Amino acid sequence: MTTTDKRMEVRAIENGTVIDHIPSDSLFKIIKILKLDTDTHRMTFGTNLESKRMGSKAIIKINDRYCQQEEINRLALIAPMAVVNIIKNYEVVEKRKITVPEHIEGFVRCSNPKCITNNEPMTTSFDVINSDEIALKCHYCEKITYQKQMELIK
Amino acid sequence: MGKKNLISITDFSKEEIIHITELAAEFEANPYQPLLEGRVIASLFFEPSTRTRLSFESAINRLGARVIGFSDTANTSVSKGETFHDTITTISNYCDMIVMRHSLEGAPRYASEISKVPVVNAGDGANQHPSQTLLDLYSIKKTQGGLDGINIMMIGDLKYGRTVHSLLQALSHFNTKFTFVAPPELQLPDEYKLFLKEKGLPFEEKREIDEAINQADIVYMTRVQRERFTDPMEYERVKNVYVLRNSMLEGTKPNMRILHPLPRVNEIATDVDSNPKAYYFNQTENGVYTRMAIISYLLGVKK
Ligand SMILES: [Zn+2]
Repeated sequence: MTTTDKRMEVRAIENGTVIDHIPSDSLFKIIKILKLDTDTHRMTFGTNLESKRMGSKAIIKINDRYCQQEEINRLALIAPMAVVNIIKNYEVVEKRKITVPEHIEGFVRCSNPKCITNNEPMTTSFDVINSDEIALKCHYCEKITYQKQMELIK
Repeated sequence: MGKKNLISITDFSKEEIIHITELAAEFEANPYQPLLEGRVIASLFFEPSTRTRLSFESAINRLGARVIGFSDTANTSVSKGETFHDTITTISNYCDMIVMRHSLEGAPRYASEISKVPVVNAGDGANQHPSQTLLDLYSIKKTQGGLDGINIMMIGDLKYGRTVHSLLQALSHFNTKFTFVAPPELQLPDEYKLFLKEKGLPFEEKREIDEAINQADIVYMTRVQRERFTDPMEYERVKNVYVLRNSMLEGTKPNMRILHPLPRVNEIATDVDSNPKAYYFNQTENGVYTRMAIISYLLGVKK
């Protein structure tokens, strides 16, 4: 990795959060799941960047905002391999681990079209029943939504 | 005191399940107990089901309460586009309990979160129908003298049959031995097999009704419906394989009883009806006592 790349990825912000090693095709999902589209902090998004580890990757840099653990855990649903760096004074002061939450409210749609949550204005709710290949059990219809069926709520 | 609902059979502990069967026996011995005089129970059938509705309403009446509600959603505010949330909020102000059936899965769970009064699920789509499960258990207990160590053979649509799934979950408390007989397209879903494995309960899977029926204490029949098959030829091929005939019952145990959640189509030949092992019509009577037990337990008038 060259010095320029390194500066691109991490050192460009003074304080805030850098989310690295995002699969390129998950960038917009992450923007949505972290509600960055309505966030007013200064932000930089990069995508289709070269990555030795994953071929192509995306990166998110948020100035002056430190993402909370609860927010970071949401990434487990779509980019479990992402790396979250907390930056203070241009230095990485903490790498936050993504842990799969036990329970998820909202964000994800139930894969069962006959579920009440797909037919009423209400919030979805799931228990995470398998954290390796994530499987969500709907609190309402009790059906399981597997990772490959997972669809985010707009 | 927190309100208690019955939405899914897993809402009840083993002790509560046993307790309900004991209360049902008490109501069977004395079916007219006006424990709920002056109370009002809403019977909300967003999806019509005459059999289940009448069974619940009979139970409510025998307990001395009054019924309000609807048997389908024509001519209600629901048909005018009111949200489910608003319907339940309003009706829960009119009554002491809500009994509801809905074609959307999870609707009763959501209702129980909105409603001030207890909610009983009388069936939500392909999901749960816990009062059916409890009446099945009461029928098993009554005919076998207990619930422990039963050998049960479940036949037919084990994939979509919600009564099969809920009964399996409930029986998992009681050291049951299961045999599943289903066509390849309608096999028991993996999640339930995994559930039984985790519980350490033995089960066997079969394609046809064979001599294993001679070991069964309970034969639980379900309907094999044409619309469940992607290939209509497959349906034609299997439809007669899962029909129970009187001649198949010759070597069965004397205590064996045949259950069916009804309505039956052709999966039990009519020549079985006069066999004393046919129990499916007695089940419907047990349903009323079981529902009396559920209602009075949830309202706290029977401890
Ligand atoms: Zn659902």
